[in-house]
Amino acid sequence: MTSATTAVSSAAAAPRGPLRDFWGYFSANRGAVAGLVFVIAVLLMAAFADVLAPYPPDLTNSAVFLKPPAWQAGGSWAYPLGTDAIGRDILSRLIHGARLSLTIGIAVVALAIAVGIALGLIAGFLRGVVEIAIMRLMDIILTLPSLLLAIVIVAILGPGLMNAMLAVVVVVLPHYVRITRAAVITETSKDYVTAARASGATQWRLMFSEVLPNCAAPLIVQASLGVSTAILDAAALGFLGLGAQPPASEWGTMLADAREFVLRAWWVVTLPGLMILLTVLAFNLLGDGLRDALDPKLKR
Amino acid sequence: MLRYILTRIGLVVPTFIGMTLLAFFLIRLVPGDPIETMAGERGIDAARHAALLKEYGLDRPVLVQYGIYIGRVLHGDLGKSMITQEPVLREFAALFPATIELALCAIVFALLLGIPAGIVAAVRRNSVFDHGVMGVSLTGYSMPIFWWGLLLILLFSVQLGWTPVSGRMAVKYFIEPVTGFLTIDALLSGEKGAFKSAVSHLVLPTIVLGTQPLAIIARMTRSAMLEVLGEDYIRTARAKGLSKFRVVALHALRNALIPVITVIGLQVGVLFTGAILTETIFSWPGVGKWLIEAINRRDYPVLQGGVLLLGLVVMTVNLLVDLTYGIINPRIRRAS
Repeated sequence: MTSATTAVSSAAAAPRGPLRDFWGYFSANRGAVAGLVFVIAVLLMAAFADVLAPYPPDLTNSAVFLKPPAWQAGGSWAYPLGTDAIGRDILSRLIHGARLSLTIGIAVVALAIAVGIALGLIAGFLRGVVEIAIMRLMDIILTLPSLLLAIVIVAILGPGLMNAMLAVVVVVLPHYVRITRAAVITETSKDYVTAARASGATQWRLMFSEVLPNCAAPLIVQASLGVSTAILDAAALGFLGLGAQPPASEWGTMLADAREFVLRAWWVVTLPGLMILLTVLAFNLLGDGLRDALDPKLKR
Repeated sequence: MLRYILTRIGLVVPTFIGMTLLAFFLIRLVPGDPIETMAGERGIDAARHAALLKEYGLDRPVLVQYGIYIGRVLHGDLGKSMITQEPVLREFAALFPATIELALCAIVFALLLGIPAGIVAAVRRNSVFDHGVMGVSLTGYSMPIFWWGLLLILLFSVQLGWTPVSGRMAVKYFIEPVTGFLTIDALLSGEKGAFKSAVSHLVLPTIVLGTQPLAIIARMTRSAMLEVLGEDYIRTARAKGLSKFRVVALHALRNALIPVITVIGLQVGVLFTGAILTETIFSWPGVGKWLIEAINRRDYPVLQGGVLLLGLVVMTVNLLVDLTYGIINPRIRRAS
């Protein structure tokens, strides 16, 4: 009897494991795969920046101010992407910039997720006054234009990379709180939670072992999209002179330095922005792909 | 419906209080002595220090200070700029039309391109055009607009010489401000060439500021259209033999636009965020540039008042959008 059942179930279209199932959907999306490849490339670039970059990022060379890229007249292969106004190698700075931008993106999202999950769980489980207070605060944060709020926070704390990151965490926090709370409220009404509660599970156990794992999918998607927002916002703060301070090779800060040379040295302006655009685009593609693969409502 | 309106308006009060708290504590959370921080490297003598401490009410208990602050705000007194000694509200009122003019042009630009692009992409699903629109819109959504502005300056102002690099109008024109919108004022003045100058200054900032809303609106229109086009009533309309244009333009679009309108409303925040960057790049004399300058000069009263005023504008627009949404969407209108 038992062996017959097993035989039947394995014969009828062997169900794929959840991971293979996910990969099947994800890999069908060419944009998402391209995004993933680019993100991995930037990650490797950041990890091996010291090996890959031909020069240290802050090394100035007074012999080569604003040297154009190698393929242009006056350029040389010693500086493939040219040099900036004080003779630093642009390629090396871009490679080291990957380190900063990825650190910003990942650290901001990690912190926002941690705090967001905590607040969202509290709001979703306790309800009542606590929930109203938390959600109203999040609404206020959402009402203010994000960059404006970030600017205000940096103005209070003082310019700098750490403060800029904290500011971006505050600005993106409401999304994580809202997602977690909404997922918690949906999940807690389901039978398995009632069953766990009836069998005597503590509030902590319910929160972290039962409900939280089932809220993971929307959070993963938001996290991937959130990295791009974080990189973009931190670069904007850097560009306004409120984020990472010179001589840091953060891409937004590099752009701020380069602004005055827009009329005579296109490469110092074009290249850091291109890196921001491509990295943000890659994370967005990746996030879209993850959403399509993880959201059962969108599955064919 | 009345209940919906009242509930929605009721939400404004805590948000307003929250924003005043934020603006109020802004000046008090600055590390160190706020007066000395504001004075910066200029330094300050003891008598002036004491006078300023009194003027800002920093010598009283915090709760009293907040009460005084709220009282002043409700009377329209947002303090004076440390640098110019002008009332913050007056400075804001003088600069705000420039920001509004830019923001309006940007949103019109985004709507004129975004809605048709979204509709055509949805109708021709999976065509080359559809993929093109989606690709461009994802790129626009990922665009660091401060860089985009520099690129456009590089191409159109530096290489081609078509558009000016910065400002709102060539210096040689002097236009009496009537509406505060320079394009309209230039027309009213009847001065030759002034209108053309104002428009040419407006083109690049409009494109830069409109890019992200354009991307979002195109995406949203497409997905809303796709959803509506799959509904039964559309199939019925087609089966009745109505022309494709009629089905799309009259039957589908009306329902598809409901979510799009919400998204347009949400762009107000995006527009002001973008305006801060766009105005900085193009030296556009609006409130965004003014706030950044206030930070650089440590002009905290301006920052405090400006943030509160911008927050209020966004809050009001969001409220109006929600109310409009309630009016056009029968499901919300009849819900209560």
